[in-house]
Amino acid sequence: MDSRARTVLDDADIGRAIRRIAHEIVEKARGSEDLILLGIPTRGVALAHRIAEAIDAIEGTHVPVGALDITLYRDDLRLKPARALEPTTIPPGGIDDRTVVLVDDVLYSGRTVRAALDALNDVGRPAAVRLAVLVDRGHRQLPIRPDYVGKNLPTSLAEQVKVEVAEVDGVDRVTIWEGEDA
Amino acid sequence: MKHLLSAADLSRDEAVLILDTAAELAAVTDRSVKKLPTLRGLTVVNLFFEDSTRTRISFEVAAKRLSADVINFAAKGSSVSKGESLKDTALTLEAMGADAVVIRHQASGAPHRLATSGWIGGSVVNAGDGTHEHPTQALLDAFTLRRHLRDGAGDLAGLRVAIVGDILHSRVARSNVLLLQTLGADVTLIAPPTLMPFGVESWPCRFSYDIDAVLPDVDAVMMLRVQAERMQAAYFPSSLEYSRMYGLDSRRMAMLPEHAIVMHPGPMNRGMEISADVADSPRAVMVEQVTNGVNVRMAVLYLLLGGRQEETR
Repeated sequence: MDSRARTVLDDADIGRAIRRIAHEIVEKARGSEDLILLGIPTRGVALAHRIAEAIDAIEGTHVPVGALDITLYRDDLRLKPARALEPTTIPPGGIDDRTVVLVDDVLYSGRTVRAALDALNDVGRPAAVRLAVLVDRGHRQLPIRPDYVGKNLPTSLAEQVKVEVAEVDGVDRVTIWEGEDA
Repeated sequence: MKHLLSAADLSRDEAVLILDTAAELAAVTDRSVKKLPTLRGLTVVNLFFEDSTRTRISFEVAAKRLSADVINFAAKGSSVSKGESLKDTALTLEAMGADAVVIRHQASGAPHRLATSGWIGGSVVNAGDGTHEHPTQALLDAFTLRRHLRDGAGDLAGLRVAIVGDILHSRVARSNVLLLQTLGADVTLIAPPTLMPFGVESWPCRFSYDIDAVLPDVDAVMMLRVQAERMQAAYFPSSLEYSRMYGLDSRRMAMLPEHAIVMHPGPMNRGMEISADVADSPRAVMVEQVTNGVNVRMAVLYLLLGGRQEETR
């Protein structure tokens, strides 16, 4: 880890945030029927699975979890060399007439979510789409807002925010630092 | 990667990346909306100097699924039949703003010439040049092999593949030997001596003249068409004799191990290199090869055009 980096959420904080988001999702949806959680790779998928487990613990029901890769829908593809694709898995039964909760690690410009909405449109027609993020760091470039937020983290544009999850990085942690990419 | 000219240009990791990308794109084929916005605004030209049905349509479907505009240019009925050179055709396409040119040409090396001449700025994809190479066919064959025999992941290490038939005139065989070798497979070429290329000993594969000795020890057998249109001499006494010596019939198919699959790049000559009952058997994966071809070509077009373009001029 970068020596200038500061930990803003540790594993216990992340666990509490996920449980709270799970409660809020269930409260707003008045139960967990017709819910589908779709994580945006890579870390959003891990977070979606954890939220589903938390909902399971609250409601005793199994919420389907999938993954939605948005690479082919990005608006900045031409700015970088071609990227490898991540898996997209849509739970059996599809998303038509369900409430889809998109799950991502960090909400920043909103462009990833814009791409995810386009991707969703090609997969089916959900009854509603909600957005859950672990960290909202502000600086939106599009009119997009989250429905469920783990932590609002006011940042400057010079700062970097990094979410690490045990499934991918071996540790649960959110760090922030000033300067270039670590 | 800027161009795809030869299967030999691909490293193991690049080839696996193309196969992995194709596997993800295959999921799109199962959706009701089979279209992605990825290459919107880009133009792909199918420049076909030689007859082709499945390759041209496959590239066309692949480009259209990625939202590229597709221009089909067939030499017949174009100014090529009035004597226009490859250079002038290329300059015309460049002036019209082609971002990629998919070329099939009867002359070996034409795609290489197109890519390195500076005539065009876009990417060049070799869709078959003379008796030289057909890299996307090799990629779709590798994809099919991987799906059936390696659970759809990783490379093809240790896989035993026999390629049987007109090796001499086959760009499919050449590209497959190069690519499958890169992916770790063990390839054996089988042909009558007259249809075995000169210098085959130096190819990165084995070769044999006896199909019956090889079949019991392979995981897949790829049958090739006898390319009568490229033959100016008599390479074998009669088609009946060729069929008896090297054709795949149900008796020979029974010699294959239980799990082995039968492949053919098409078009098939039923009764010649492959009998009708073998072609229609559940072990034959020809129809799936066509489907996989679209996915693999989508992956190639995405990886060549989807990211930032490197300037080469």
